[in-house]
Amino acid sequence: MLEPATRPRLEAGGHLLNIRGLSIGFTGRSGETLPILRHIDLAVGRGESIGIVGESGSGKSTLALAAMGYLKHGLNVIGGDVLFPDRDLFALSPGQLQDIRGRRLALIPQNSGQSLTPTLRVGAQLTETLKLHSNTAPERQAARVTELLAKVRLPDPHLIAGRYPHQLSGGQQQRVAIAMALAGEPEALLLDEPTTGLDVTTQAHILELLRDLAAQYGTSMIYVSHDLGAIARVCERVVVMYAGEIVLEGATRQVLSSPDHPYARGLLASLPRLTGSHLPAALDGIPPMPGGVGGGCAFAPRCALADSQCREQRPGLETTERGQRARCLRSARASEIPIAPAPGEAGRRPAIDDDRAALTLDAVSIRYARPTPLARLLRRAPAAATVSDISIAVIKGQTLGLVGESGSGKSTILKAIAGLLPVENGAISLPDNQTLAAEVERRNPSQLRAIQLIFQNPDESLNPRQTIAEIIAQPLRLYFDISGAELRRRSVEILDTVRLGAHYLERLPSQLSGGEKQRVAIARAFAAQPDIVLCDEVTSALDVSVQAAVLGLLDTLRRERGTTYLFVSHDLAVVRTLSHRVAVLYQGRLCEIGATARVYSLPSHPYTETLLSAVLEPDPDRAPRLAAHDAVESSPPAAGCPFQRRCARRLGAICDEQAPPWRDAGGGHRIRCHLPLDTLQSGPAPAV
Amino acid sequence: MLRMIVRRLLLGAVSIGMVSLIIFGGVELLPGDACTAYLEREAQGKLLENCRAQLGLDRPAWERYWGWMSNAARGDFGTTITGRERIGKLVGDRLLNTLLLTGCAMLAGIPLALLLGVVCALWRDRAVDLLFSSLAIFAMTIPEFISATLLILVFSVWLGWIPGIILTPADAPLIEFFPEILLPIAALAMVMTAHILRTVRSSVIETLASDYAQMAILKGVPYWRMVFRHILPNALLPTINVVALTIAWLLGGVVVIETVFNFPGLGRMMIDSISDRDLPVTQTLALIIALVYVGVNLLADVLTMLANPRLRTHKTRSA
Repeated sequence: MLEPATRPRLEAGGHLLNIRGLSIGFTGRSGETLPILRHIDLAVGRGESIGIVGESGSGKSTLALAAMGYLKHGLNVIGGDVLFPDRDLFALSPGQLQDIRGRRLALIPQNSGQSLTPTLRVGAQLTETLKLHSNTAPERQAARVTELLAKVRLPDPHLIAGRYPHQLSGGQQQRVAIAMALAGEPEALLLDEPTTGLDVTTQAHILELLRDLAAQYGTSMIYVSHDLGAIARVCERVVVMYAGEIVLEGATRQVLSSPDHPYARGLLASLPRLTGSHLPAALDGIPPMPGGVGGGCAFAPRCALADSQCREQRPGLETTERGQRARCLRSARASEIPIAPAPGEAGRRPAIDDDRAALTLDAVSIRYARPTPLARLLRRAPAAATVSDISIAVIKGQTLGLVGESGSGKSTILKAIAGLLPVENGAISLPDNQTLAAEVERRNPSQLRAIQLIFQNPDESLNPRQTIAEIIAQPLRLYFDISGAELRRRSVEILDTVRLGAHYLERLPSQLSGGEKQRVAIARAFAAQPDIVLCDEVTSALDVSVQAAVLGLLDTLRRERGTTYLFVSHDLAVVRTLSHRVAVLYQGRLCEIGATARVYSLPSHPYTETLLSAVLEPDPDRAPRLAAHDAVESSPPAAGCPFQRRCARRLGAICDEQAPPWRDAGGGHRIRCHLPLDTLQSGPAPAV
Repeated sequence: MLRMIVRRLLLGAVSIGMVSLIIFGGVELLPGDACTAYLEREAQGKLLENCRAQLGLDRPAWERYWGWMSNAARGDFGTTITGRERIGKLVGDRLLNTLLLTGCAMLAGIPLALLLGVVCALWRDRAVDLLFSSLAIFAMTIPEFISATLLILVFSVWLGWIPGIILTPADAPLIEFFPEILLPIAALAMVMTAHILRTVRSSVIETLASDYAQMAILKGVPYWRMVFRHILPNALLPTINVVALTIAWLLGGVVVIETVFNFPGLGRMMIDSISDRDLPVTQTLALIIALVYVGVNLLADVLTMLANPRLRTHKTRSA
């Protein structure tokens, strides 16, 4: 059905989509026009795939939507046009736009879970696109829907067609959105962060699917993402955006290996890598607000190469020696800025003499669903526990990373340690055999003080009605009974440790940037002078350059104060940069635990291997290896190995029936698998 | 689904039971009883004893409660304290009248409210929205007795089209309430339309801002098709409960409107029974109003479940 040859071809060299001098803005409170996009020139050829990279606020999503002739409420075009292929989309009537959208230009949205209409079955939503945008005969439509769902590699497509969006997993919803975009057989696909929020293995599978489909049908792609790894995998050409402008454009390989713009270099340096154990380097400063750019280069205030000319003269996009186009007056000197942090900071992780455990989990299991009285009366077998049999010792002054996909129980374990969830079996204890009570109400003040929690999203964990001073004062008053002038002195001191000035005390969280808010959350935790800090995805909501700074801060605080961290993240590269040891979880069961360098360099458990090989690095030469299906399991199996259903190295019935034994690889590296140790370490599993 | 309905029915029965206990207990706690109320100053000595024996008031409270409830379950609510009329028949007439009044108000008000709410949302901040939204706020804020009085002033006094007061007896055939009933219908419809309109408007506006509305536009769905297929089914779901509450409020007797127009409905009967200290009637009315509330809310919940696939289907995930 999707025959690329049936498309009327433009003359050779003609662009499919041509954005010329596009500026988009909104009207500010005082009536002035604030630009979000400034003079964007971007041409996309047939069959070409272009990546648009930028941090939040760079205008990349606005650009993607503008490429479909769509503006969010309140935005308006200040100048320029979007030609597709030779008509200005913003000059078309609604009826003409309806004919183009979905038929010739299709969008794959960021959050398919919210972009599919909840009251319509998946099949009905696909049929609607077919009805509007294809010549499929009505009696053929049902078959075509099944065909499309099969094409995006959904199992049992006829069953999926009868489901409502909420009955599908995140990965399945994303595939349905892709199928819907393909239904009209479009010439170009616009992808707005299509894999953000998905697990690494799911993301890798979806990206491979997109690559295959684009190659198969010669579809052009405009791929918007903050994730350089995903862009590296899918796009030939990359555009880097900063403060509403294109600051760099070039071939993907070039831009990712030796970009000619200081911002792009800083961005690369701030990415944590799977291969290096050093901390990423943070980009100083924050991007300007819309309208906050003066006459000079927008990046000048954060640029190490900036001089007085940069601050006064707005640079144009110029072709550099290496054939990239950079908006920089000093692009010839850009290579002075390192794209990787200085390796091997000696002594960053000093050997710990005091080998005492700061926190011990002994055979901990946690269950969300409590058996009903009736089930208990009938002695029904309870469902498998959400988290089961976790035994971990966290060494004082070290960081233990907990990794795993969504549903692996990593946050559940943190909540149980903090006393927010009751432990069903097993014990959580502090040094000197202080077993912690399961309920937070029954813990004594010193135990409460010893364990502090930092959450993923500071917007939700900081009270929006309290000033920073009030937020930080709470632990100080509660645990140390400090008040008056002393309280203020200590608050300023604590803010200083997270590199925030005293003037932040009077502000409200809404007046702070994302990175600053997370610093306040860290300050609040450290105000209690904790022994153990539980970090739950603390950098997941932050841009990479801000993330690097927060990671650096956390590591510095740990070294200065000998604090112990339990660091939960779905991002394996982030965990790598911070952790001494790492524990891999699947379905609430521990699969592997050991020194970070060993687990990452010699992944032994089939699940660890699956996870690590699915991670996308910003390197176009490195393809992810898909070692397992990206199936979503909603509950752990009743018996045997938790990974039995997805494992590529499955042995047979023994995996389903018996809990696997712990294999000791030496040096505290332990793997829970039925396979013998030498087989596990001999080499990778076959790809699926 | 079925399990949920059964569970809600059981819960409803329990709440009705509790309400009946509270009503009965409350009446018990009041000083005096039906006989002291009926006999007034003569309520003493032999006369009082005879009266109590006749009405069975000398029996223990739990026995009387049980008798009341088991009779009520069979539709027998006893007689008024004067002993001349069956409460069942009296209440039945009044209930029918209230149903007529509120039914007409609903038939006029609900479709109008839905239509205007959607129109206001789709043409948000335009003249049509400003007009109806401010009218709605106006209708909500003016007390009913004022709007009712204004209606009488305009249509009865100035224009002289419709009598401003209803003199039809309670047990008259329903058709005889026309056309006088039109004014109380209008007064009721005004208030309820305003409430529902505001809910519908904000719900539609919220849905228009959703990711799936944007997605529908970006996949080239024509505007009106998007409104009817993607917006309205989602936007109208949360309004079911608001409509249900309004209906329950209407059926529970609209005391003020009925009093202003002298309409023989449940609300006025309630007021009259309280001022007459006709305790058996008060008890019966309280029980009926409780039944209406529980029933209408149950109906709303079941409707919401039927209309919302998230509630109708279990969250199933497969590989």
